[in-house]
Amino acid sequence: MSGPSLMDSLFQRTLEDLIKGLRQQLIGEQAFISKALEEIRKEIKSPDLSTKSTALLKLCYLSNLHFHDMSFAAFHALEVLSSPRFSHKKIAYHAISLSFHDSTPVLLLITNHLRKDLTSTNEFEVSLSLQCLSRIANVDLARDLTPEVFTLLSSNKLYVRKRAVAVVLRVFEKYPDSVRVCFKRLVENLENYDPQILSAVVGVFSELACKDPRSYLPLAPEFYKILVDSKSNWISIKVLKIFAKLAPLEPRLANRVVEPICDLMRKTGAKSLLFECVRTVVTSFSEYESAVRLAVGKIREFMVDEDPNLKYLGLHALSIVASKHLWVVSENKEVVIKSLSDPDPNIKIESLRLVMAMVSEHNVAEISKVLVNYALKSDPLFCNEILGSILSTCSRNVYEIIVDFDWYVSLLGEMSRIPHCQMGEEIENQLVDIGLRVKDVRLELVRVARDLLIDPALLGNSFLHRVLSAAAWVSGEYVEFSRNPLELMEALLQPRTSLLPPSIMAIYIQSAFKVLVFCLHTCFVRGGSTAGVSASASYESFDDLSVENGAGSTVAHGQTCTSAPITNESIVNLLKLVELALSPLLGSHDVEVQERARNLLGFVDLIKLEALNSSGQEENDSEQKGVEATKIIRLVHDAFSKELGPVSLSAQGKVPVPDGLTLNENLGDLETICSDIELPSSNTFSFGYPSEEKDVSSFSNLQIKEDSGQSNESTSLLAEHRKRHGLYYLPSGKSEVISNDYPPANDPALQGDNNDTASDLVKLTAESLVPKRKPNHSKPRPVVVKLDEADEKPVAVKHPESRDDSLSGAVRDILFGSEDILPTSSRSNLPSSNRKGKEKQHMITQVESKENVVGDGNSSSRRRKDHSHGKERRHRKKNAEERNETDRKEKESSSNHPRRQKSRQRAEEPLKVPPQTSVIPDFLL
Amino acid sequence: MIHFVLLISRQGKVRLTKWYSPYSQKERTKVIRELSGLILTRGPKLCNFVEWRGLRVVYKRYASLYFCMCIDEDDNELEILEIIHHYVEVLDRYFGSVCELDLIYNFHKAYFILDELLIAGELQEPSKRTVTRLVAAQDSLVETAKEQTSSITNIIAQAAK
Repeated sequence: MSGPSLMDSLFQRTLEDLIKGLRQQLIGEQAFISKALEEIRKEIKSPDLSTKSTALLKLCYLSNLHFHDMSFAAFHALEVLSSPRFSHKKIAYHAISLSFHDSTPVLLLITNHLRKDLTSTNEFEVSLSLQCLSRIANVDLARDLTPEVFTLLSSNKLYVRKRAVAVVLRVFEKYPDSVRVCFKRLVENLENYDPQILSAVVGVFSELACKDPRSYLPLAPEFYKILVDSKSNWISIKVLKIFAKLAPLEPRLANRVVEPICDLMRKTGAKSLLFECVRTVVTSFSEYESAVRLAVGKIREFMVDEDPNLKYLGLHALSIVASKHLWVVSENKEVVIKSLSDPDPNIKIESLRLVMAMVSEHNVAEISKVLVNYALKSDPLFCNEILGSILSTCSRNVYEIIVDFDWYVSLLGEMSRIPHCQMGEEIENQLVDIGLRVKDVRLELVRVARDLLIDPALLGNSFLHRVLSAAAWVSGEYVEFSRNPLELMEALLQPRTSLLPPSIMAIYIQSAFKVLVFCLHTCFVRGGSTAGVSASASYESFDDLSVENGAGSTVAHGQTCTSAPITNESIVNLLKLVELALSPLLGSHDVEVQERARNLLGFVDLIKLEALNSSGQEENDSEQKGVEATKIIRLVHDAFSKELGPVSLSAQGKVPVPDGLTLNENLGDLETICSDIELPSSNTFSFGYPSEEKDVSSFSNLQIKEDSGQSNESTSLLAEHRKRHGLYYLPSGKSEVISNDYPPANDPALQGDNNDTASDLVKLTAESLVPKRKPNHSKPRPVVVKLDEADEKPVAVKHPESRDDSLSGAVRDILFGSEDILPTSSRSNLPSSNRKGKEKQHMITQVESKENVVGDGNSSSRRRKDHSHGKERRHRKKNAEERNETDRKEKESSSNHPRRQKSRQRAEEPLKVPPQTSVIPDFLL
Repeated sequence: MIHFVLLISRQGKVRLTKWYSPYSQKERTKVIRELSGLILTRGPKLCNFVEWRGLRVVYKRYASLYFCMCIDEDDNELEILEIIHHYVEVLDRYFGSVCELDLIYNFHKAYFILDELLIAGELQEPSKRTVTRLVAAQDSLVETAKEQTSSITNIIAQAAK
């Protein structure tokens, strides 16, 4: 293909032309850009470097501001880089640092260019290549260019030197072994009096110290000197950052440093430095009462400042203090609460965090009340922020701070009615969770659920659907606490439920089933067939405790509820209602809904006869005829009345795998089968949704029904299918248990195998059965069932990256020698070294250094291991000669400053091993 | 350290981006979209800090331009505000009462100045005068080079090769 002609070079568009054209937009932006790109592609192949570099510059512009890919020009950028002209180089470096990344293929070719420019006499060229190196350095580049950077670290051009210092950070990061070469010079720069160099070095150390502070403890004296002497705020801020990391590691150091920092805090006029002092004190010097007091004073000034920045930072600093000194927050309560209505959302969120930090079991009720009021008034975003933080604070550690669950449950109800509330899912989880864990609250819970269910307006709000599903489940599960089951039934079957998504609809139907069974049971079994069994009669069946506890709050309405008697007549009406409401659902498209509706209608069919009979013929006859139906009702009721408890997350894991069942093998098969098929989403595939485990639990019920002659096609088919393909169902059940929204049911098999959990549970619930004092004003906290394993939140410990490890390992090797390998005590009475050991060491390090050339990233750790070998050997041999040696060494070490020692050690590289001095030198003394 | 520097106009147009941490091209677009949504919507009298993905973005508006820098959680926000101001002042000195158009047409210059100021995500040069001097020195280097290239004889000589 022909290159661009002379005319092309002469009339090439410059960057300015490009920008102008782009701004005029005569032919539209996209069209213009693609045209320009086409030109650039042509021009960039030009042999003329000026044309090429202009093209490259234009490409940079497009890539940078219009995000067009410029990776195709990587090689051309290198070509431009080889130009002797500074202007070309500059453009090339710009392009390279903009577009290169670790996987750019031509990265290998750049090493020599960089090396050339790093050794250039033009300081600007050196600076350009340093700049570039800081951006694109990878392991190879860092390794190959370490010698050049090392030279530049002591360059007499300040401009170059400070850049080299800054770049060293990246080089260390990528290639930890370079620490061995460069570290000493870096440390030497700490003593430089030029503020620019100092600022750069301190900057590097503050970044390094963030990753692994311990390694830099020996440098504390230098930092201290800088802190005291520094005139520049930039430097002081960085040094403070370093001390914030070092101080917690070494109390003696903290003692020395705290005074200068306080001085600085008192004297400085710069807000940034002041804030850094405050932050340093509150994060790392929180044991120093006076310092904290001083800092808190400054924080208060910040918080009442007009400037929103200071206000925000003040609140932020306060939230750091809050973790250790809660009194500070309560001292500044007014300011914090006032900030809740600040116009700035960030300030609001920060103050919300603080308010939540103040919450304890004594004030949770008041604070929540205040916050819910705020939530009502504020914008949707902040409203949900508030609700979310209330929910998460209150549920922390299994509702640790909640004493009065009746209050909390009604608060949940209240929260879900707030117009902007979008926390439906969390509220749902908590409602169900509390129902399972806290026995005493169920009465109130059912009341709250009823209020939610009965309000037809709520069904229209899709955010509330999740809450409603919890309400439905709760009222079905704990129907015996309901004042008026008939009313509940009507609420569950109201026409507007058609607005619900099918999965929740299914829960409604299932709950209706439970309520119906309960009504029938009260009517026929419990009360015989005599009419007028009141709902309150059913209270007798509960644990005495619940009546007792509930009595306090429900005595008032407890009596009124007797006004809802369940008579035969009402049962008949109820059955009609069920038929009316559910028959349209038989044609539902959702499998789950359809199946549930069919179940329930089948049951109604079975019972209807009986109910009608008994209502027609009065007592005498009904007893014989009703025997069978009553038996069914009793069976079903028994099945439902088994209490569900919380199940630990790991429960499934405790079920032993039956012999001959090879789960993995078949699962592998399944995966290959499924790999090409999109799995249906849980909504359309009915077994997926939370109601699944209820399904499993009611599985046994279904069996009972089948026994009694009731055949339910869909369920029996399912059962069949399950039996046949049991293997495939198991895994899905397992994942269910883990990811469940709903508490899994008490699968009998599960409980049997899960003895310890169960017994735990029994023990805990048994406590709740012990008669308690009558509830007075200050109620005892009800028992909250906890499962040890399940409720322990796994704490994710963040391990530092291995790369950092090797970096800090290398730094430590240099600063401490190999000290860190041996425990302190053993070192102090151990002879430091003997000649033999040293020789050995020598050999090892030589081998090592050879390896270094090969470039093994792990060699530092291996080296440490080797050291310890050497030491073991030394340990075994103790003789007089050794002792002499030791004396000499000790004299040496006691006489000097830790740093100088380091440098000496550095000097005898690679023989640098002999461990010296005590563990950590006594700082600043 | 500073992870990246962004200059965004009030209309959401990007005027300058500089990345000190590795971000792929795709991530960059995403970051800019997210941040301009976050920052441009904020009112005038609010604080200059935004929490974002566990980092913190410090921004300041000068005329129609938002200068944003993204830093670590424990970096000093006020210091960054000062750096931003510092940068703006240097730009101002260099262009002589800088405006958005200056940055649009001299986008590479804005970069070179930023490069003098920051390296590897750290402040390099706290003195405004030094920065201006250094940038001017490099400019003159570039200019002499340019003069050489743009002379007609040179071009013809090049082409005749």
